[in-house]
Amino acid sequence: MQIEKSLKAALVATGLAVMQQAAAYDPVTTERLLKPEPQNWLMYRGTYNGQGYSPLDKINTSNVKRLVPVWSYSTGQVEGHQAPPIVNNGVMFISTPQNQVLALNAKTGDLIWQYKREFADDVQHPHPTNRGVALYGDRVYLATMDAHVVALDANTGKVVWDTKVDEHKNSYYFTLAPLIAKGKVMVGSSGGEFGIRGYVAALDADSGKEVWRTHMIPGPGEPGNETWQGDHWKTGGVSVWITGHYDPVLNLTYWGTGNAGPWPSDAHPGDNKHATSVVALDPDTGKIKGSHQYHWNDNWDWDEVSAPLLVDIKRNGRDIKALVHPGRNGYLWVLERKADSIDFVDGQPYVKHDVITGLEPKTGRPIYDMSKLLRVGKTVTFCPSHWGGKDWPPAAFNPKTKLLYVPLQQNLCTTLAGEEKIAPYAAGKRYVGTDAAKTRVFPRKDADHIGEVQAWDLDTGKLVWTYNFPDMGINWGPLLTTGGGLVFGGGSADRKFRALDATSGKLLWEFKTNSGITGVPSSYMVDGVQYIAVQSGWGVDAQKMVGRLNTSMKTNVQVPQGGVVWVFAVKD
Amino acid sequence: MSSNRRIVLQAALGTGLGILLPEIARAQDNDPRNARPQTGDRLVYADGDQKGTAIKLDALRVGGPPVTAMPQDAASGAVRDGSRLNQILLVRLDPARIQGETQARAAQGVVAYSAVCTHTGCDGFAWTAEKQMYKCPCHDSEFDPADAAKVVGGPAPRRLPALPLKITDGYVVVAGAFSGRVGVISN
Repeated sequence: MQIEKSLKAALVATGLAVMQQAAAYDPVTTERLLKPEPQNWLMYRGTYNGQGYSPLDKINTSNVKRLVPVWSYSTGQVEGHQAPPIVNNGVMFISTPQNQVLALNAKTGDLIWQYKREFADDVQHPHPTNRGVALYGDRVYLATMDAHVVALDANTGKVVWDTKVDEHKNSYYFTLAPLIAKGKVMVGSSGGEFGIRGYVAALDADSGKEVWRTHMIPGPGEPGNETWQGDHWKTGGVSVWITGHYDPVLNLTYWGTGNAGPWPSDAHPGDNKHATSVVALDPDTGKIKGSHQYHWNDNWDWDEVSAPLLVDIKRNGRDIKALVHPGRNGYLWVLERKADSIDFVDGQPYVKHDVITGLEPKTGRPIYDMSKLLRVGKTVTFCPSHWGGKDWPPAAFNPKTKLLYVPLQQNLCTTLAGEEKIAPYAAGKRYVGTDAAKTRVFPRKDADHIGEVQAWDLDTGKLVWTYNFPDMGINWGPLLTTGGGLVFGGGSADRKFRALDATSGKLLWEFKTNSGITGVPSSYMVDGVQYIAVQSGWGVDAQKMVGRLNTSMKTNVQVPQGGVVWVFAVKD
Repeated sequence: MSSNRRIVLQAALGTGLGILLPEIARAQDNDPRNARPQTGDRLVYADGDQKGTAIKLDALRVGGPPVTAMPQDAASGAVRDGSRLNQILLVRLDPARIQGETQARAAQGVVAYSAVCTHTGCDGFAWTAEKQMYKCPCHDSEFDPADAAKVVGGPAPRRLPALPLKITDGYVVVAGAFSGRVGVISN
């Protein structure tokens, strides 16, 4: 039996401590993924609907003030620590930059095993991060910076299979946590700045063999190819770098897609389907079963890669199985998910903006101020910034409060300069079409803050509360909400991890960690004790934003690097 | 099973590490395309209309903009384009601006550095004309080509490796090895 073999290998490799953990390891079945136990956090956002909600309520509004760290663990890595601590019955799996995976005792913080990956010298890390592992059976799945997917033995960390999915020399790379459904390990490719043709690929979880691959840019003969000109479909970007969500009733996975490239609008004329969209894929076949483009012919770098949250809402007396997406384009989108389509319901701005002047009422297609289009050889200034109202840090939905929580940047704008002449596509080379030396990011003149958390009532479509970050702090903090009526998130350069009252938005607790937090928080329980866990480790875009704001605001904000796993519990 | 995958599996089974060695393996072969720049190599344009053409001193304007170059083996004529780590940033500066050790490596104001950022390995550097600095497009690290490409801003941990130059018959020619290991050195 495979588990017994693994156990023997573990004993030989690392000793008794491993055996105790391995014996306790509880294989992750399809049924468990469909309905994870409250004490566990089995996938990127906890559940397939992507709500980032833990029903645990032992930590709550009345005792959160007594939340203290109970253990921490240094990852030994710098750069962006963005992965959620994934927990399966007392075993925690952490992924870090450099594609390291740590298996830790979730109660004690002791190491069970460690996987480290060595890269070829020519592998670049344009976004040095990893956003988490996926669990299935007795394996742990990791998507890597050199475009492989690796299956590790959950008991030992040993490689079961390692499949090369794409060619890193062509700047295809993976930063997302895989999505596992129906026995398939699904990953999407980064590389939108390098003229890739983005896709979602599914591998058989058992063998590692590729089962299907669906490109987000339609090829010749495929619906939507007519929205691209010439050969642009071959190199138009449309990356998929955040984990999709899954509706098991419709048997559809939902993926957010990146922008078209090179960035200037006239470098890729047309609507550019399925860029800056949500795309529904059948996990069995990879067939596209519906899509909705949030905005057409993107030229502001507004990737819409966060997969929409699956939420059941009520609008005007009608029950709607909704897809909810706070867009990088500054609009909060509500769509309806159906077996063979995605229909527009509602869209409204949630940050100050000056590009979209309105929506076509039936389709939700944005109308643009055409003077705000980035073009070849032209410079343009627009709001929100090219990082958008909300970039990748995931929003959360609490079924108890029925509120959606959105981490966002208010009051930011960007200046981009289109290159006079964009060099032709060359495999693996940067293919953006802007002069990076001339990019500027700055607050609006009247800005009194930047970072916010907003809470929205999805039934009424109304903003309920806003928490403004102090001291012009930015917010790159993924959110967790809990049955204890709390919203957790970091995201600011002041290194703080915060708990807000989910009903009122009031700040209830904060703690200053080693570095800034852009990690996805999670919650779990072992032996009746609830824990809140998050990685602190600043880097990637948050770091870049601080650097650019230091330039424009003449400040000198510094955030120390270095990853640490933090685990908190309430002190008796 | 591909040979690469076999290597990974074998290595991983032995040590618990996933190890990819194609780059190392290539460095050990005898194909001149895969070797790092050698003394006597001419520099040729890496891209654009003149791709593969030897770069003349007279074609480089003082103060930039820079060009991206590749080394060309003088003996075989092979362009050493087997690795992206061989990309070289070339810019001609006012010789009066060039400082310290860079003076010895420069040839009539032309200075050369690895075009691969020491932070996370990106290339495609932008040029800040007013400051005469290289800027990495990925994370905004800035390097001063007049002063050994030292880091003057952003997250890069160390300067770009420098490549000594000479001018032979009006062409830009490599005069020595890179001053350090190119690319990212990670833990």
